Amino acid sequence: MTRFLPKTFWQLVFAALMAASAYVTFVRFYHGLGSSTNLNDQFPWGLWIGFDVLCGVGLAAGGFTLAATVHIFHLERFKPIVRPAILTAFIGYLLVIVALMFDLGQPWRIWHPLIMWNPRSVMFEVGWCVTLYTTVLALEFAPVVLERFGLRKPLRILKSVMLPLVIAGVLLSTLHQSSLGSLYLIMPHKLSPLWYSPLLPILFYISAIGVGLAMTIFESYHSSRAFGRQLEFPLVKRLSEVLAVVLAFYLALRLVDMKSRGAFQLLESPGIERWLFGLEMVLMALPMLLLFREKIRNQPRAIYWCSVSYLMGFMAHRMNVAITGIESASGVRYTPKWMEVVITLGLIALGFAVFRWVTALLPIFSDEEERPSIAIKVKPMPVRNDAFQTVAPVR
Amino acid sequence: MARAILYDSTRCVGCRECEKACSSRWGLPYDELIAAEEKVSVKKLVTIRTHGERFSRKSCMHCQDPACVSVCPVGAFTKTAAGPVVYDGTKCMGCRYCMAACPFQAPAYDWNSRLPKVSKCDLCSDRAAAGKPTRCSESCPAEATITGDRDDLVREARKRMAENPGQYVDKIYGLQEVGGTSVLMLSGVPFDQIGYRTDLPVRALPGYTWDVLKHIPDTVTVGSVMLSGIYWLTARRQKVAEAEGDGARGFRKGVRS
Ligand code: SF4
Ligand code: SF4
Repeated sequence: MTRFLPKTFWQLVFAALMAASAYVTFVRFYHGLGSSTNLNDQFPWGLWIGFDVLCGVGLAAGGFTLAATVHIFHLERFKPIVRPAILTAFIGYLLVIVALMFDLGQPWRIWHPLIMWNPRSVMFEVGWCVTLYTTVLALEFAPVVLERFGLRKPLRILKSVMLPLVIAGVLLSTLHQSSLGSLYLIMPHKLSPLWYSPLLPILFYISAIGVGLAMTIFESYHSSRAFGRQLEFPLVKRLSEVLAVVLAFYLALRLVDMKSRGAFQLLESPGIERWLFGLEMVLMALPMLLLFREKIRNQPRAIYWCSVSYLMGFMAHRMNVAITGIESASGVRYTPKWMEVVITLGLIALGFAVFRWVTALLPIFSDEEERPSIAIKVKPMPVRNDAFQTVAPVR
Repeated sequence: MARAILYDSTRCVGCRECEKACSSRWGLPYDELIAAEEKVSVKKLVTIRTHGERFSRKSCMHCQDPACVSVCPVGAFTKTAAGPVVYDGTKCMGCRYCMAACPFQAPAYDWNSRLPKVSKCDLCSDRAAAGKPTRCSESCPAEATITGDRDDLVREARKRMAENPGQYVDKIYGLQEVGGTSVLMLSGVPFDQIGYRTDLPVRALPGYTWDVLKHIPDTVTVGSVMLSGIYWLTARRQKVAEAEGDGARGFRKGVRS
């Protein structure tokens, strides 16, 4: 993206965002949530929960999807992008936790759920899973750091427990990706039937897997431009095929579920809901339909834009669940205050910056020094290795 | 004995003595401006709302199986055996899930505080131990709000309805809503006309969540076995593939299976 405009421009934007974020941080912690957000008793959850937490955790789903693909399903060809994916996920989860620190009324009590149990609470479960999974991500990422500093012994220990770690990571992700949907199960009276469904956890889970695939495509595309590292195109194409199938499955489930609950008649009532619902649907259905066409799947750029469209549809869905669908029952309209938006943008910018910084310092895009014993013998890659990047000309 | 409140809208004269008494119990300032705000907030925990000639009462309903108790990740809420749902501010971390989940929009947050807490009616649980009625009931000049045992109050409500045909709609609000509440209401007009939600499910809300949460242990067990199995199978296949000297095939098959 940096290539659209001169680098200094982005540096300025970044600096401005950080300065604004610092100011908002002061307002938030000195004057409280009332001064920094548009939240109120009728609308207690806003942008920070809807976007930073719900979308943030979802967008970090690439970590577990790829860890499972490579380490459990042994699809070793995807190995070059496991590290970037784990790093993205790790940064993502840390940012989600930072966002939570802004949103919680008393963030210094964030550890309370770890000792004050309430197993009937979805939030309790999410809290535990996110804590544990962030730890797992740290451990999955640790080899990179250890390698960099040549610490062989801890590296060996870590590698010997990698399998249980990866399995734990996948399970924890499964639990909390779906549980983010379960959070809303207790609100049949609040969430509009366009989004409320007993299937929410399953829908959240499947769409998170879709995001894992789409984010992989997205990252691969961008890292090819920024770092010259990428997946071979056949792999990207394969990913896009799987994405199309996952999307088809998701949409079928979503529509059948809506039909069985008679939710479609709600589309007749006027208001913004149906348009935002439509937007969410189109952003998801369009890439699915396109990706089923061989012609589209032969164009890296088209695959990239299909992934972007799905990612936006995914975010639209999460925001609809968290905000649009709640508005009418709560009796108020919610638009985020500029300070909420600043923190959200600031965190995204921070995420990008940290990612670039870490990749400059650590061997994220280089191969591990210890090749696994069962590594595929690398045949000299034929010309097919024309990569993602050839069609992304420098503008 | 489970403590409860019966509020009879047909008796309420809208004098707001209950609001005033409640505020004094909590040590909250009470003036005309606050009286005019017809909603519960950190400023007042019970409110009387005007609907033309009629009134309604809004506060925590002290559900029998409360959403707030089930959703709070730190267990800050407890439904006591005596009836009241009480809140422990020393545990609360301020996630506000209780507010998002409560079907009656009862919990309020201290948005402008640096150490914010949730506030809501606690049915004067300290006074319950001494057998005293709630402050709102005590202060009500019209006996529109009375405190008592829930079963007794249900009986009392039925009696009023039977003795005054035509004066009440045939419904005790709170008897069934979200599994029943410890605040019961009577009204002369359909409840939705005086600001109550009549579309709430009769099932207690925590059940909707539990339907899913209860599957977690099984998911973990089945999931770990499945993942280990897949690991084992694909690792084997890859070894076989490698022995055959065709690494790439392992991948192809893997994706298709
Ligand atoms: S009315 Fe709301 S706050 Fe009161 S007990 Fe029920 S769920 Fe909890
Ligand atoms: S805001 Fe406090 S009381 Fe309410 S659910 Fe969160 S931790 Fe529990």
